[in-house]
Amino acid sequence: MRMIRRWWLPALIALLGPALVLAPAPLPAAPPTDRTFRIEARSFEYTPPTLAVNPGDRVTLELVSTDAAHGLYLDGYDLNVTAVPGQTARLTFTADKTGSFRFRCSVTCGPLHPFMIGKLSVGPNWLLWRGLGLAALASLAGLSVTRT
Amino acid sequence: MSRYDLIRIPLLKRALVSRWPQFLAQAAALGGFVVAILAGLWGTPVGSHNFGIVFVWIAWWALLMLAAVPLFGRGWCSVCPIPLTGEWLQRGAILRPRGRGLGLGKKWPTRFRNIWIQNGSFALVALFSAVVLTQPNVTALVLAAFFLAAVATGLLFERRAFCRYLCPVGGFIGLYSQLAPIEVRVKDRAVCAAHSQKTCYTGDAEGYGCPWQVFPGGLTKNTYCGACLECLRTCPENNVAINLRLPGGDLWQPAGRRMDEAFKAFIMLGSAVVYSAVMLGPWGALKSAAYAVGTWAWLGYAAAFIAFVFGVLPGAFALATLATLSVQPRAMQSWRKRFIIFAYALVPLGLAAWVAFSLSFVFANASYLWPALSDPLGRGWNLFGTAGLGWTPYLSSLVPALQVAVVAGGVGWASLTARRLAREAGGGRRQALPVVAFCVAVAGGLLWLLVG
Repeated sequence: MRMIRRWWLPALIALLGPALVLAPAPLPAAPPTDRTFRIEARSFEYTPPTLAVNPGDRVTLELVSTDAAHGLYLDGYDLNVTAVPGQTARLTFTADKTGSFRFRCSVTCGPLHPFMIGKLSVGPNWLLWRGLGLAALASLAGLSVTRT
Repeated sequence: MSRYDLIRIPLLKRALVSRWPQFLAQAAALGGFVVAILAGLWGTPVGSHNFGIVFVWIAWWALLMLAAVPLFGRGWCSVCPIPLTGEWLQRGAILRPRGRGLGLGKKWPTRFRNIWIQNGSFALVALFSAVVLTQPNVTALVLAAFFLAAVATGLLFERRAFCRYLCPVGGFIGLYSQLAPIEVRVKDRAVCAAHSQKTCYTGDAEGYGCPWQVFPGGLTKNTYCGACLECLRTCPENNVAINLRLPGGDLWQPAGRRMDEAFKAFIMLGSAVVYSAVMLGPWGALKSAAYAVGTWAWLGYAAAFIAFVFGVLPGAFALATLATLSVQPRAMQSWRKRFIIFAYALVPLGLAAWVAFSLSFVFANASYLWPALSDPLGRGWNLFGTAGLGWTPYLSSLVPALQVAVVAGGVGWASLTARRLAREAGGGRRQALPVVAFCVAVAGGLLWLLVG
């Protein structure tokens, strides 16, 4: 009994850890559609600041700068578009990677330019859920170490 | 706990005892520091193209938070350019001791022999960080103010009072240096006890007495050891070691736990959370408020920052430590003492939070380095042929996964530490549970801000 008590937690952690990291994400439920967003860029924010689409959606971003030249670089997808005031720039892509992706200004636009950031969510953010699971598991692992 | 003394390697010992490698590193850092100030004052006002901003807040910050502090603890302090001029004037020498210096050699006031001023100075800089990090002239003025304060302190007070009691950067490096896998310690305390002259503290012809006002024979933590290696030079008994060790052992040393150090842990952890929200989040109004110094919006931001860092976070943690009493009512330590003891569990989580924040910030902006290197003053130069390179973020697909790994690792380390600290507080594993729950909650919030 004592042996079981001593080993169940490390065994659970050893099983759950890799499972959390390697488990495949569920397939998307909603059928893909065409989605178009108009994003207003002004120093130093995007409106709307967050976008949400489903995996597989064909997404068109219409970037409109209202004060100076701004850009939009999408992390993870490695896509970039720039816009000057008075002209709408368009970027179309298929949202084939799931998760939460930051988009950031790619044209130096002022002091807070490096922090001009927005967010695109493509389906559920499994990285966040995996991260929360790993954090909980790591805390259990830290508690379970018998000799420190 | 096993340790390996790096001084056993003859070549490394020669390099560390000699003053020249350290001096060359200091001179290079001082050169970069001066150029950063000049560029900040007279270079381009565009932050992302100014050498001062790019090299201080991207290159130096990356070096510090992603490598120097986690791996070498106070390694940066041993080559930091800020106190050099004051120290040279104080000593009247640049390398070996000779003659008399200009310093008055006054004792630092006893009531300020703690890190509360460093806590305040870091919080003050943090309040203005949106401006300091983005405005070249403000960065230059802040660096120049640090420099002048270090010179004045060096001339007025003995040893490195600026580094030990005032420097906002030195304060947090000291806190996190406890986690480093390297330490300066004596090999045998009995040798130190028997050595009547204590040249490591008083100095001799080979080197200076400990600039950090520490007696190496009593060192149990890295916190206040500046890794300057003077004790290595002055010890006639060859009794000083530079050990490789398991990281984090300092946190388990019960001696010297203090409220000012506990609050340093809260300030650092809280600042990492706030920075992640302000600088990496999608909330434009929050960024604008942090930047608009002097406005009502900024005052609101500053009040919220102070309330979170000095009130909400320690308050929630106090409740967690109170809960440890309900888990184990017959605890040996008072609530205040347990609050201080368990706060050291936040040190690994805090460093993880800063590393995770820095990963995103640094890799997204590192490509600004190359044009700034070729054209440091924004005068149209192209010294290395890189002035025309455009901005491109590095590892943008990989960084979120790295951040998750770092934060999860930080929580695990914090839990391990809390478990160990629970013994010191007079309890067992169950007593650490509320503190671990606090750490998991903070880590969850941080993950949401970073990758949510």
